[in-house]
Amino acid sequence: MADRKYTEDHEWVEVDGETGVIGISDYAQEQLGDVVFVELPDVGKILDQRDEAAVIESVKAAAEVYTPVSGEVIEVNEELNNDPSLVNSDAHGEGWFAKLQLSDPTELDALMDEATYKTFVESLS
Amino acid sequence: MRYLPLTDADRSSMLNRIGVSSVDDLFVDVPATARFDGTFDLPDHMAEFEVEGHMSAIAGQNTTTADVPSFLGAGAYRHHIPASVDHLIQRGEFLTSYTPYQPEISQGTLQALFEFQSMVALITGMDVANASMYDGATSCAEAVLMARRVTRRNRALVSGSVHPHYSAASETQAKYVDINIDICDPDIDGTEDLTELIDDETACVVVQNPGVFGHVRDLSPLAAVCQDKGALLIVVVTEAVSLGAMQSPGEMGADVVVAEGQSIGNPQGFGGPYVGLFAAREKYVRQMPGRLCGETTDVDGKRGWVLTLSTREQHIRREKATSNICTNAGLCALAFTIHLSLLGENGFRDLAMLNHARASQLADRLAGVDGVEVLPEAFFNEFAVRLSKPAGDVVDRLAARDVLAGVPAARLYGAGRELDNILLIAASEQTTPEDMEALVSALSEELS
Amino acid sequence: MSHSRDLSRGAAAVGSGTTDTVHGHQGLQLEEPLLFEIDNPGAIGVDLPDPGDFTPRLGGVARQGEIGLPCVSEPEVVRHFTRLSQKNYAIDMGTYPLGSCTMKHNPRLNEKMVRLPGFANAHPMQPESTVQGAFKLIDGVAHWLKELTGMPAIAMSPAAGAHGELCGVMAIRAALDDREGGPTTRRRILVPDSAHGTNPATAAVCGFSVDAIPSDARGRVDVKAFAEKLDDDVAGIMITNPNTCGLFEPDMIEIAELIHDAGGYFYCDGANFNAIVGRVRPGDLGIDCMHINLHKTFSTPHGGGGPGAGPVVLSDALAPFAPVPWVVHGDEGFSLVEHADDAGDAKPFGRLKGFHGQMGMFVRAYAYMLSHGRDGLRQVANDAVLNANYVMSCLSDVMTPAFEGPCMHECLFDDRFLKDTGVSTLDFAKAMLDEGYHPMTMYFPLVVHGAMLIEPTETESKRGLDEFIAVMRALVERAKAGDSDAFMAAPMMTPRRRLDETAAARQPILRWSPDIPTAEAAE
Repeated sequence: MADRKYTEDHEWVEVDGETGVIGISDYAQEQLGDVVFVELPDVGKILDQRDEAAVIESVKAAAEVYTPVSGEVIEVNEELNNDPSLVNSDAHGEGWFAKLQLSDPTELDALMDEATYKTFVESLS
Repeated sequence: MRYLPLTDADRSSMLNRIGVSSVDDLFVDVPATARFDGTFDLPDHMAEFEVEGHMSAIAGQNTTTADVPSFLGAGAYRHHIPASVDHLIQRGEFLTSYTPYQPEISQGTLQALFEFQSMVALITGMDVANASMYDGATSCAEAVLMARRVTRRNRALVSGSVHPHYSAASETQAKYVDINIDICDPDIDGTEDLTELIDDETACVVVQNPGVFGHVRDLSPLAAVCQDKGALLIVVVTEAVSLGAMQSPGEMGADVVVAEGQSIGNPQGFGGPYVGLFAAREKYVRQMPGRLCGETTDVDGKRGWVLTLSTREQHIRREKATSNICTNAGLCALAFTIHLSLLGENGFRDLAMLNHARASQLADRLAGVDGVEVLPEAFFNEFAVRLSKPAGDVVDRLAARDVLAGVPAARLYGAGRELDNILLIAASEQTTPEDMEALVSALSEELS
Repeated sequence: MSHSRDLSRGAAAVGSGTTDTVHGHQGLQLEEPLLFEIDNPGAIGVDLPDPGDFTPRLGGVARQGEIGLPCVSEPEVVRHFTRLSQKNYAIDMGTYPLGSCTMKHNPRLNEKMVRLPGFANAHPMQPESTVQGAFKLIDGVAHWLKELTGMPAIAMSPAAGAHGELCGVMAIRAALDDREGGPTTRRRILVPDSAHGTNPATAAVCGFSVDAIPSDARGRVDVKAFAEKLDDDVAGIMITNPNTCGLFEPDMIEIAELIHDAGGYFYCDGANFNAIVGRVRPGDLGIDCMHINLHKTFSTPHGGGGPGAGPVVLSDALAPFAPVPWVVHGDEGFSLVEHADDAGDAKPFGRLKGFHGQMGMFVRAYAYMLSHGRDGLRQVANDAVLNANYVMSCLSDVMTPAFEGPCMHECLFDDRFLKDTGVSTLDFAKAMLDEGYHPMTMYFPLVVHGAMLIEPTETESKRGLDEFIAVMRALVERAKAGDSDAFMAAPMMTPRRRLDETAAARQPILRWSPDIPTAEAAE
């Protein structure tokens, strides 16, 4: 299983060597409701950790998605333009947002792992 | 009191139920220092007929465009409103309903808004229109802000054809946001060429057609320049009826159209409430300010409508909203829709042509008056004239003779702009031969 | 030969519940297509005279080709919009308990007065000597608003509440820039976390950022937390009073002193003025500006979403920066100041919209003000507060009030009473529709979970309130009895049931088009 880390704002990053894929957690998509639109970053954009990477809109809310890690955007999930519901149906898979070239992999150390995040989410309800 | 259903008996009973002895006990959170125990310099309540008498007397102090020949335009126009319009908008279900946040019980408002949006898109030649804004001037201001968001550039170029209230409102709205508004000098002769002024830093070019001095132009060449430079072309229309006779701004290449819809369905009413039209190309739909009504189905599969894309709005995006706007012009948009329904394809075009005919006939007659020079060669229903005397004085003297001759340009722009002798004259389907004769003879006498 | 008619057999044949009719009509509830779908080329709803001879001078840009507008006769238009109107709920029909909206009765006298020809047919740019009555009316409304609020100045032009808010915050920005001789270094506006979303949006347009002040356990601004945020960077504070929880902010005077000492200004959101009109003058509390919603407190009609009007009263400190135009009263009568050059010492921050303001709403509001008088307006506040507290008292044993103690003109509940019922605030609201009521405001303010904000207004009779209370109590009982399926299926009886807002946002259809297939109604 890939190494997935989480933030307290419910973003995740799945690392594969020097690149990482980012998205929002299943908990987050449930809170948002049906996703209607995703505004993705431009390929080539340089992001620092916690910068706004994307904006996600549901029927009742709009939320900023902050990148868990610093890096350069090398690919975005164009499929979300056609079918934003992928974020709801498969937030951890087909609902991914962007792929980054990580500039500082040590940032991952401070993020929550799967188990810690699970506990964190439970504490919220 | 006729609007207060509670009787003293009701009040006692209710206070008892709540468990307090007087209503003052319910204001316990108001500090003593904040309670007003003085006397307002205001009258006590009046009977309905007393209010009517008082207000009729005030209204009676006005001489209006229905009383005497009138040629006033400059952004608000005198048109006939069919009797059905006012009856329909006064139905309580339209008049006293709220914003359609509960779509299940607001399908009347929503369907009418959908029809409104469709009609506005059609007459402007654009892909999509919103559910209306406060007025044309604020629509224009919002379009400028939208151009900044879309292009991420900081300069707006405003043509000298644009009504000064529109450029002023745009300037004010943009004042504390990082966008510079460059306003060109008044384009009195209609010879302005903006081509050299548009560059890669230009977010938008705002141009009015027909222009404030009446000039009608083909904007396609300008649209091509804008497209080449990546600037949005925002076209302003202050007289919505002109869209019935002229090629639409969309056909000419506009990216955004902002207009004043007052001419259709709404009285002049001394300046408001009016209805702002806002239409744009499909690709800008998520950046558009204001409300949008969209079609959908309910759980039984029946077609219906809802407010949509509302996450752009202030109540959700808060500080990142596309604008701070909460309301549309609801009832005024409905009046517009009903009037345009009655006009329809043929009536709208015929009405527009009738307006143009009256203005053309008037211009021909004015051409024969010494001291009057009609400035535009092509116009719709309004044109600037250059008088041999200051227009403000002429207008005041004609008013004393019961002719409302038009709007002096100096009134719109302020003094000292070399516009003192320019007068804006408008005609409409309401302009009679007698009206024209009154203006022509009064001007002849004043200017001889 | 006698023949008994067994009506039950007929009902059984059709089936229980809905009846299929040919066009989907259900008794008086009539389906109605879009105008474009009843287009009948050649039909027309107006008659126009022949233009006669004239020289066309459209400069080669005359319209060619069709616009695409539908062709309909007057009877069809009247029927179309009449049917549409019958799908709307409205104040004229029943209670509209939307918190912070003040859905009070809209008097028809207002409508009669605004249609007086002297008002309706006046053009805004007529020579001033010909429209003294119009200026007098505007001046009259201005006087009433200044008197009632205890403020020395007013800007009449804002077209709506949010527009008024923009006006107030722009005046603050202009005052600060003027004081500092350039763009102010003060860029933070303090806003309670209970505030309406317009407040931060407005602040952003004026170049400010927003800093949230927490509410305390009693739902009011935490003054201590507020004081801690004050420094040289603060431009002002925006407070709604009474606040969005329906409670009076008791520390207004102290807050005013603190913000002024810190060098900032105090904006008050006047949306809830109905609770205190005639009893409290916000000017006495130390505010610098406040917008007033004429379509809330002063009964101008909501019209399905607008138009409104949001004049802004101003303190002496902010008055010089009010936008053009404004009415002045001189020796020779009234006149209009329309340009900064004619403004004397005043330094208007600009112009907010075309022409002079929402005149039609001024006329309506004036009719209302004269009808009530100063004595009647005080009674309005009393009855508004009484009605809200009555509703709260009658529901607080079965629902959960968010805060202790009396409320002002609106009462706030949270969703604790629905815990473990499987019924959300939303479902509860949808069930109200079947009972013939527009729901209260939901999920606002954000500081309360599953908020339900009820504002009956003073124009509800006691009988009307009792009927409303009875329905609310019955719904609570049903929810607690575990009937969550019925709530989630609601509404059942409205012209349309729950609509798919997700589809509307994912695939927006924002106009009619002949190509788009649409679901046929009731087929």
